[in-house]
Amino acid sequence: MDGIRLDRISLDRVNLDMERIFREESGRILATLIRLLGSFDLAEETMQEAFTAALEHWPEQGVPANPRAWLISTAQHKGVDLLRRRARFDSKREELQKIAALEQQLADADEAMRRHDLTSTGRNNDGRSNDDRMSDDPFGDDRLRLIFTCCHPALAPEAQVALTLRTLCGLTTDEIARSFLVPLPTMAQRLVRAKGKIRAANIPYQVPPERDLSARLDSVLLVIYLVFNEGYSATSGDNPIRHELCAEAIRLGRILCLLLPRQTEARALLALMLLHDSRRNARTRDNGEPLLLEEQSRDLWNQEQIREGLTLVESVLQDGPPGPYALQAAIAAIHARARQAEETDWRQIVALYELLIAMEPSPVVQLNHAAAVAMAEGPAAGLRLIDDLETNTDLRDYYLLPAARADLLRRLERWPQAAEAYRRALALASNDSARKFLSRRLSEMEAQTHGTLSPASSDRELSLPRTSTAETEYK
Amino acid sequence: MQYLLLIYGNEAQWDTKAEADRSAILKEYGDFTKSIAQSGHYRGGNELNVTSTATTVRVRDKKRLVTDGPFAETKEQLGGYYLVEAKNLDEAIDLAARIPSARWGSIEVRPIIPHDMP
Repeated sequence: MDGIRLDRISLDRVNLDMERIFREESGRILATLIRLLGSFDLAEETMQEAFTAALEHWPEQGVPANPRAWLISTAQHKGVDLLRRRARFDSKREELQKIAALEQQLADADEAMRRHDLTSTGRNNDGRSNDDRMSDDPFGDDRLRLIFTCCHPALAPEAQVALTLRTLCGLTTDEIARSFLVPLPTMAQRLVRAKGKIRAANIPYQVPPERDLSARLDSVLLVIYLVFNEGYSATSGDNPIRHELCAEAIRLGRILCLLLPRQTEARALLALMLLHDSRRNARTRDNGEPLLLEEQSRDLWNQEQIREGLTLVESVLQDGPPGPYALQAAIAAIHARARQAEETDWRQIVALYELLIAMEPSPVVQLNHAAAVAMAEGPAAGLRLIDDLETNTDLRDYYLLPAARADLLRRLERWPQAAEAYRRALALASNDSARKFLSRRLSEMEAQTHGTLSPASSDRELSLPRTSTAETEYK
Repeated sequence: MQYLLLIYGNEAQWDTKAEADRSAILKEYGDFTKSIAQSGHYRGGNELNVTSTATTVRVRDKKRLVTDGPFAETKEQLGGYYLVEAKNLDEAIDLAARIPSARWGSIEVRPIIPHDMP
């Protein structure tokens, strides 16, 4: 297609193709370049240059049959050029040797590509296509190396999250900063420091050995879940970035399941995220105020995501004793299966929370358990558990504890005590939607105390707000 | 690449250990040192005398300031170190985790910046 000018329509189609290719492939390309060039920064820089080159050449020459391989090869060449230009005659011997090694590697790759173009029809004996063989390491998908490196425990947790979003998901530093409500220079510095630590301490670019895989996978799952929760919880306002984050977390979850098919907890996490995300369109009123789980229009729940989530949960539960994500996914599945709130199997949920507490006795989980007990056995039973939790100093500043207490007292029609608890919750709550909800409840309680509330409103049986990190159904 | 493994522990706790326990731990250290020497990781190491035997030296405005004790009072004190050669951080972490004090204290893993000997 050399020298043939494309007309307007074809050009637009090429542009769209390129956008899609860049979006879908950039994580994978970056992961491979980091392995080939041995540096995060060099990989980022050369990938940018390769994309620029593509924008210049592809409209005229057409999108190559093998876009990923083209981009990787171009970036590699640019990497070697850059290193050569930056090297000086007095550069350390190792640096010059490294450049020579890269040039050799590149020459070998170019030669291999030429030979394949000449001899093969596109697929080889192992069933992988040419472009897979060209750009991938025979020992596996580079994205796996990348995600385990980004989520290395030697990096601070917030750095793990930032690096994962930047490299695997291709979010800009600005997008990440806005997602986490952190100033741009702070986020930029965080990324610089993380990459610096990887380099200085020599964190290896590899998938951990079998014996460490489970433990290291925990870090990865936690990062993905943190990203999802950040997108799900909307701690401030209606930031469109939020939806992006949930989508990216789910995408990462899918990649992990694809590349580590035997890791049950990875599938469980994907199920959990899908089931939460399925409620996305039902979670807020028109004025932006959050709807409780029981108040939501369930016909707005995304059935396709629910189907996929439920299938995953079933396969996970068949795989042996459930881990913490599997239990949380199973709980989410029970909610998803109930076509109306009244059909929810609360006793099952209580049983699952009891298993979860045995694994992760965090105060949040215990609070959720108390809420479930209240639904299954009545408010008084839940209240007893919540009274026990009040003695836990970790929850001192956690507004959902007095809020939960308040709700149970409200259901027991102990208005003045409920009002007191709502006041305590308001004093601790910092996010707008929660405050709106709590204020409304407080006014209702005060009206009840003074006998001014109409019977109709007080009869509405609204249930306790969910309190697990992603499940706060306020929002 | 070389790393310094800095061994931190609570000296007061060590004092409360029974003699038999202390000998057992020292034997563990001996075994560990031998093992990493055999595997080719060992480049050096020492037990340090307690912080009450330490002296801190500073020079400010050409004045020499000498004080009794470690540079700062800390909950855990530096009690020893190993200098090791390791392929990468993961290998250094694996070595650090095998140090007996890791079970009750903390091991800091610090990369060495190589400088040519003058």
